[in-house]
Amino acid sequence: MRVPLYDLAHTRAGDKGDKCNVGVIARRPEYYPVLLRELTAERVRAWFGDWVKGPVERFELPNLEALNFVLHGALDGGALVSLRLDTQGKTYGYGLLRMEVEVPDDLPVQRRAPAAPRLAG
Amino acid sequence: MAASCRAPPRGPGRPGVAAFRVPCPAVTAPYRIAGASGFWGDRNDALLDQVRGGPVDAVMLDYLAEVTMSILRVKMLRDPGQGYAGDFLKALAPALGDVVERGIQIVTNAGGMNPRACAQAVVDLARKQGHRGLRVGLVTGDDVMDRLDALVARGESLANLDTGAVFATIRERVLSANAYLGADPIAEALRQGAQIVVTGRCTDSALALGPLLARYGWAAEDWDRRAAGVVAGHVLECGGQGSGGNFSGGWEEVPDLANLGYPIAEVEADGTFVVTKHLGLGGLVTPAVVKEQLLYEILDPRAYETPDVVADFTSIRLEDLGRDRVRFSGIRGRPAPERLKVSVSYQDGWRASVGLTFVWPHARERARATERLLRERSQKLGIQIDDWHVDHIGVSGALGPMAPEPAGEPNEVLFRMAIRTRDRDSARRFSAEIAPLVLSGIPGAASGLIAPRQDPTAIVNFWPALVPRDAARGEVEVLEA
Repeated sequence: MRVPLYDLAHTRAGDKGDKCNVGVIARRPEYYPVLLRELTAERVRAWFGDWVKGPVERFELPNLEALNFVLHGALDGGALVSLRLDTQGKTYGYGLLRMEVEVPDDLPVQRRAPAAPRLAG
Repeated sequence: MAASCRAPPRGPGRPGVAAFRVPCPAVTAPYRIAGASGFWGDRNDALLDQVRGGPVDAVMLDYLAEVTMSILRVKMLRDPGQGYAGDFLKALAPALGDVVERGIQIVTNAGGMNPRACAQAVVDLARKQGHRGLRVGLVTGDDVMDRLDALVARGESLANLDTGAVFATIRERVLSANAYLGADPIAEALRQGAQIVVTGRCTDSALALGPLLARYGWAAEDWDRRAAGVVAGHVLECGGQGSGGNFSGGWEEVPDLANLGYPIAEVEADGTFVVTKHLGLGGLVTPAVVKEQLLYEILDPRAYETPDVVADFTSIRLEDLGRDRVRFSGIRGRPAPERLKVSVSYQDGWRASVGLTFVWPHARERARATERLLRERSQKLGIQIDDWHVDHIGVSGALGPMAPEPAGEPNEVLFRMAIRTRDRDSARRFSAEIAPLVLSGIPGAASGLIAPRQDPTAIVNFWPALVPRDAARGEVEVLEA
C-alpha cells in the first residue's frame, strides 16, 4: 500500500549557505527499512524539482533510525539573498513528508496525514 | 590548581560543595549546562527561567547566525560603541543577582563584532547592580578583517568554500571577516576566574565545550570527550528547539509551549550526558525531540567539523530514561581539522518585494495579469532587475513544485513578487509601482498585508572560506567589575 511519508516519519530542515539539509526520522524503528528503501537520493532530488539546482546527497544514521539529505543549490542562492517565502528552507521537511511511499501491506501504520488538500469550489 | 580538580560552582541541591575545593575523586555530580538563547531575537526571559527553574552550573547563550555578524558590523560602523547583541544585557539584567549569588557560569557569543564593548557593558551592569568584583572574561581574536590582504599575500586563496568562486570578485565589497574560534579560549577565561565569558564569533557548540573543558580538564587530544561536548552543545545551541519547540514529530503533545523550558545537559566527567529540562516548565524531552535537534543544520553526520574536534553523529547512542530525560553515550571524535573556517560578509545588491491580495473569483488569473503588468511597467521605465520570483500565497508559495495544484477556486490569493537588483534606486522604483495598481490595475485587490513603497533591503551575502589556524588565535582577558 502507498502512504504519505508523513505517516512514517518526522523531519527537521535547516540551512547552510545555499545548502538545505532535511533530516528524516522514522516514527517507529520498523519504518526505518522503508525509509532506506524508498527514499533514495534520486527520488528526493526529483521531488524537489527545479527548486534544487545541484545534487542531493543521502547519509544514513542507523543509530537514530534516520536519514539526512543534503540538498545543494536549494535556497535560491542562500537565506541572505533568496527571494522565496521560506528563505531558509525550514518548511522543506514538511514538503518532503507529502511524498507517497510504498509500504508492506502487513506493516501497521497509523494514518496521520489529512487527505490531499481540496478547496471548496 | 588542575582544572580537573576545580570546585563545581555553587547551586541549590548541592549544599556544602561550594565553599571549598573538592579533591578530584570526590567530583561525582554531573555538570549541568543550560541553553538560554538560540539566536539574536530569541526570548529574553529564558535565562531567568533557566537560572530560577532549578539547579544549573552554567548557562550558554548563542546569538550568532550567519547573517548576524554583518548586521552587527553595520551597526558598529554607525556607532563604535555598538556591534554586539544588546539583547544579552536585557536577558542578564534581571538574572544577574541570582547568577552571582549561586556562582553560575554564563558563556555567550553575544559579543558579535564588538566583544570588548559587550564585556564592558556587562561590567557596567554588574557595578550598577552592586556586584563589585564580578569577573568577566573577554575572548577576542576572531576578527580577521584587517588581515585579509596579508593572507592573500601569503598565498591563501580565500576561495568560496561552497562555490569555488574567486575572492578578488568580492574583495572591494567585504563588510566583515571572522574566524570561527573554538572552546579553548573560553575554557582559559573560566580557568582564570571569569564567571561570565563574552566572545565574538565562535562555534555555537564551543559555548558548551568550553565550560566542560574548564570543569573536567579533558586533554587536548581526548577527541571522544571533546566530541561529546560538541554534541551536547549542538543540542543546547538552538534553545527551545532542543526541548519540544518546532517539533514536527508530535507538536500536539508538547505541554505548555508558552512556558517552554529550554534544554539542559547534565554532563559526567566521562563525557556521557543526560539531556533534560526543568520539571516546572513546559516542553518535552524524548528521543524523537533530541533526534530532530541532532539533525538540525548538519551535513555529513560522520564528520561534524568544528575547530575543536570532528564529531561522529553516527556514534551517538540514545536511551530514553523517561520523565523528560534522554541519555547520550558512545560518542566518538576524530582530530580537529587543520584549517579554520572564516565567515566573510559582503554587499551583494538589493532586495524588494510587493504584494496584493486578490479575492474570489479568478484570483489566480488576476494575480498572473498583475505580474505581467509589473513586468511591462518595469520594462517601460527601464528598471534594471536581475531576478524575479512570484508566489500565489495560499495555493502556491513556500513549497513550490512539492505542492499539488488544488482543485477549485480559492477564496483569496496573496500575490507576492520579489526582485533582486544591483542598485538601490532600481529596487525603490520597482516598489513604487505597486500602489498605483489599486486605481490603474486589476480589480478586486486589497493592499493591507504588504505595505506599498517598502524600503528595499540591502543584501549582505555570506562567503565561507578557510584560513590556517595561526591566522586567528583566541586571546583572553579578564575584566573586573
